[in-house]
Amino acid sequence: MSQKILLNSKEVNITLHRLACQLIENHNDFSDTVLIGLQPRGTYLAHRLARMLKEDYNIKSLKLGLLDITFFRDDFRRGDKPLSANTTEINFIVEDKNVVFVDDVLYTGRSIRSALTAIQSFGRPRHIELLTLIDRRFSRHLPIQPNYRGRQVDAINEERVVVNWEENDGKDSVLLVSE
Amino acid sequence: MSSLSVNHLLGIKYLQPSDIDLIFETADQFKEVINRPIKKVPSLRDITIANLFFENSTRTKLSFELAEKRLSADVINFSASQSSVKKGETLIDTVNNILSMKVDMVVMRHPNPGAGIFLSKHIDASIVNAGDGAHEHPTQALLDSYSIRERLGSVKGKNVVIVGDILHSRVALSNIFALQLQGANVMVCGPKTLLPKYIADLGVKVETNLKKALEWCDVANMLRVQNERMDISYFPSTREYAQQFGLTKDIMDSLSKEIVVMHPGPINRGVEITSEVADSDQSIILNQVENGVAVRMAVIYLLASKIKP
Repeated sequence: MSQKILLNSKEVNITLHRLACQLIENHNDFSDTVLIGLQPRGTYLAHRLARMLKEDYNIKSLKLGLLDITFFRDDFRRGDKPLSANTTEINFIVEDKNVVFVDDVLYTGRSIRSALTAIQSFGRPRHIELLTLIDRRFSRHLPIQPNYRGRQVDAINEERVVVNWEENDGKDSVLLVSE
Repeated sequence: MSSLSVNHLLGIKYLQPSDIDLIFETADQFKEVINRPIKKVPSLRDITIANLFFENSTRTKLSFELAEKRLSADVINFSASQSSVKKGETLIDTVNNILSMKVDMVVMRHPNPGAGIFLSKHIDASIVNAGDGAHEHPTQALLDSYSIRERLGSVKGKNVVIVGDILHSRVALSNIFALQLQGANVMVCGPKTLLPKYIADLGVKVETNLKKALEWCDVANMLRVQNERMDISYFPSTREYAQQFGLTKDIMDSLSKEIVVMHPGPINRGVEITSEVADSDQSIILNQVENGVAVRMAVIYLLASKIKP
């Protein structure tokens, strides 16, 4: 097994600041915008971005929700392991809001497809965008592309992109691991 | 994530403690789903479920049907009173006929104990026991424990008394197994004629004085007197039963601590429990009904995940 560092902790930080600024460019004070972190791994990124927007960029009213897509996935009964659910925490209605999905890695696009269906349970958003820290190019199964991307990566199917977060894994980093 | 150790839910007796944890963790997520503006998820859109009710039921049938529909399963309903069972068809024939219509899962209530177990040996579909005679009613026991966990934080170490007609009750038996699996202490309380002779062998305490039982417990699960299953008289009169084993406000007020009151329904108000107690803050009877849908969704979801497409 070999691994390559795609982003170290300093680069992760710079990238997050850029993404935060890009969000502000399009969403101003976030009065009509909500961030939705996708469970499980997208929630670290969503929390981090939300904190950054509030503390470093003085966004006062930022709504953050966490969405679990397990029950909306298209591979139920198709794998060896059962799909395990996580908590959904959306304490607001997304009706007529601008929704930004936040996930760490965009790979096949199937999770985002599920999220697009799942979010409808909370109303009809005006507009949905996708923010992803890592975009794995050339591996999409569906016509889905991010609006905001931290870093684009060319990786073959045998390789895995691993995103580590300080609050969970001790240190921020993005690794390309080949089995 | 682990999966259930069983392919059917025939009784609590066949489950492991880890199965119950898994069902409850999954039910937590479904409880959030059924409180959304849109209460439906598409997980089971390619699964067909037959609800076979060979015995009357209102809330269990509604609860199962709602759980199935909230998971987007296709549902067909069958009740014995309007079927060929009346014309002499056997259970296996009835079920096989229904299964030839490509049904993946069967939810069955039957008056004969062990009907689900018998069926599981003869058909391929996944089976959920929705009550078999006086044997087991596993989903009721699961939702009862889930409701205790929700109100008191956990089931482990809690003292739970089941009061009433233990002899005819499948709810009592499933509850005893479920509570013991989770490390609770269980007591049964009722007139001696309604307590099975060897019930203490299951490791439960036995008490015939309601006041003493209530002083001991954290949770009292009040059962209905099942007149329809009684071929002889087990106590002199309903009035006497209500006086000795009915849960009233006076008894509740005389206790040294607050206890949680449960009832699996349907309630005979004024017999095993008075309206004042049933509608009080200590009663979690309606929470049980709400949790029933979430717990059944979890059971069906977890069993369905083991059916290969």
